[in-house]
Amino acid sequence: MSTATATTEDGRTPPVLELRGVTVRFGSVPALSRVSLALRAGEVTCVLGENGSGKSSLVAVVSGLLRPVEGELRLDDRPVRFRSPQQARSRGIATVWQDLAIAPLMSVWRNFFLGAEPTRGQWPFRRLDVGRAEEIAAQAMARVGVPGLDPAQPASALQAGERQCLAIARALHFGARVLVVDEPTAPMTIAQRALVLQSVVTARDSGLAVLFVTHNPQYAHLVGDRFLLLGGGRVAGDLTRADVDVDDLTRLVAGGDELTRLGESLRAAHPDR
Amino acid sequence: MSSARPAAFGPAAHVAPRAAGRRLLDRLLARPSIGALLGVLSVGLFFALQAPGLLSAGGVATILDIAAPLGIGGVAVALLLIAGQFDLSIGVVAVSTSLVTALLVTESGLGTWPALLLSLVVALLVGAVNGLLVVTTGLPSFLVTLATFLVLQGGSLALSAAITGSSRVSGLVGAPGWESAVEVFGSTAQLGGGRFRISLVWWLLATALTTWLLWRTRFGNAVFGSGGAPRAARELGVPVRRTTVLLFLGTAAAGWLIGTLGLVRLGGVQVDPALGAEIEFIVVAVIGGCLLTGGYGSTVGASLGALVYAVAREGISLAGWDPRWFQAFLGLMLLVALLANGVVRRRLRAVPRS
Repeated sequence: MSTATATTEDGRTPPVLELRGVTVRFGSVPALSRVSLALRAGEVTCVLGENGSGKSSLVAVVSGLLRPVEGELRLDDRPVRFRSPQQARSRGIATVWQDLAIAPLMSVWRNFFLGAEPTRGQWPFRRLDVGRAEEIAAQAMARVGVPGLDPAQPASALQAGERQCLAIARALHFGARVLVVDEPTAPMTIAQRALVLQSVVTARDSGLAVLFVTHNPQYAHLVGDRFLLLGGGRVAGDLTRADVDVDDLTRLVAGGDELTRLGESLRAAHPDR
Repeated sequence: MSSARPAAFGPAAHVAPRAAGRRLLDRLLARPSIGALLGVLSVGLFFALQAPGLLSAGGVATILDIAAPLGIGGVAVALLLIAGQFDLSIGVVAVSTSLVTALLVTESGLGTWPALLLSLVVALLVGAVNGLLVVTTGLPSFLVTLATFLVLQGGSLALSAAITGSSRVSGLVGAPGWESAVEVFGSTAQLGGGRFRISLVWWLLATALTTWLLWRTRFGNAVFGSGGAPRAARELGVPVRRTTVLLFLGTAAAGWLIGTLGLVRLGGVQVDPALGAEIEFIVVAVIGGCLLTGGYGSTVGASLGALVYAVAREGISLAGWDPRWFQAFLGLMLLVALLANGVVRRRLRAVPRS
């Protein structure tokens, strides 16, 4: 929390999207407690944490699925409340859900342009500009590291990482400013993970503010500029690349795990404290 | 720093293109209608050997005559299935709208064309009710349209009995505008030894129009998206609700067209209680390669499915078999189609991209 304010005083670019003291509850159980986070253009913020640490809730808040009960979201330093994912999207926040944004039996270019297809001709005969759509889709996929793709093949033929790349390429092409990538929990090969990481880097280099949610500190350290460690819905650490190397980060993520276990066993041993 | 590393081993694995022949085969199999095309060819060949009269001009004319109304309903239902919805009410819309037309002409003395226009409005109202109920309540469209089916079926039976005292309304021939209506919906052409009806033209028009809509317009992409990934489609700003309602209007209009073709041909309408016709449209669309889960299918396939149906029906009759075998045969075709679609889909999913 404190680092967020400290960095703005450094004279860096103001955050595109900022979370201030965001709390989310499911019933009486807090899923996120007073989480603060600043996403800047051209910066990758990695969110790390074990299952149930609040990563998914954080994604849901940023992408407009969940509304915080306390705290606020600020877009370009103005408070916003997203009523729906569509609204967040129209304000430039593109979310790559774990595997939901792809219709598997539709072709790659149809998926890429879904909802915003290029057309030609006058109204009663207005039709899809298939040639242009295929070309743009292939180019956009090549840009995020999937070259030589046949845009007419069904999206089901894509591998897990390539599907994520398709969604990231879509966000890049349609001018998103914030990219939220929720890394799939499904197993992926190293090459597939590398593809996703590469498209994240492409998005960063294109000036997007990237929120990359993962549970793997090694992959996070490859691309991350800042690391937000979540534990039990709280910010357990907010570090920059200068603060940690891979080993520190791995130890911290794993150490959080151990500390939680230690805390639990202590509470079990001394229930009155 | 980090950007150099993923770039080094990211794209390298994906350069080798697949063999051209293999890709052509994959693309061919990716066409949802390919199964139905094979179905038409194999069923046609089978019955042509059993009953050579099938391929005469007369036989072909009869086949196309059976297939036309089924095909018109089939393509509309196919669009709806691709969008992940279901319509049981199309056949009963056909019967009840032609009943409305007939009653308006015989009882109210309206001209044929105003009566047809009014019954089209009634059909579109039914479609709008179906569509709006489905999108606002989120109830399964199977149940919503089953309810519509029951209401319309009972309503038409009761209405025709109350007004005319029977389940049959006739005596439209000679009403004002009847001649021109017959030209549009009932004319025939003698070609060789077969009499071809204009319903064939309507069927071809419906297939061409829906195929163009489905593959070449934004509306078509919205149809695919609504069925294939509803949540993603909504989040990407696809008008899923509007698309769904429009498709229900489409099936209702198709129902009206089927009803009108039958009405003009018979000069009257017979209301009989049966659920059979409702299922047939869906069977035809599924034989044509549509998935009940949505997101996949084609209207050309549905038309070919109607052709399979018609060939089998006429083939069984010409081969001199007991026509009661037809339903069993149709069920078998449906099963084969379902299995074939499943195989094709698994293959599509499994195609390794290298």
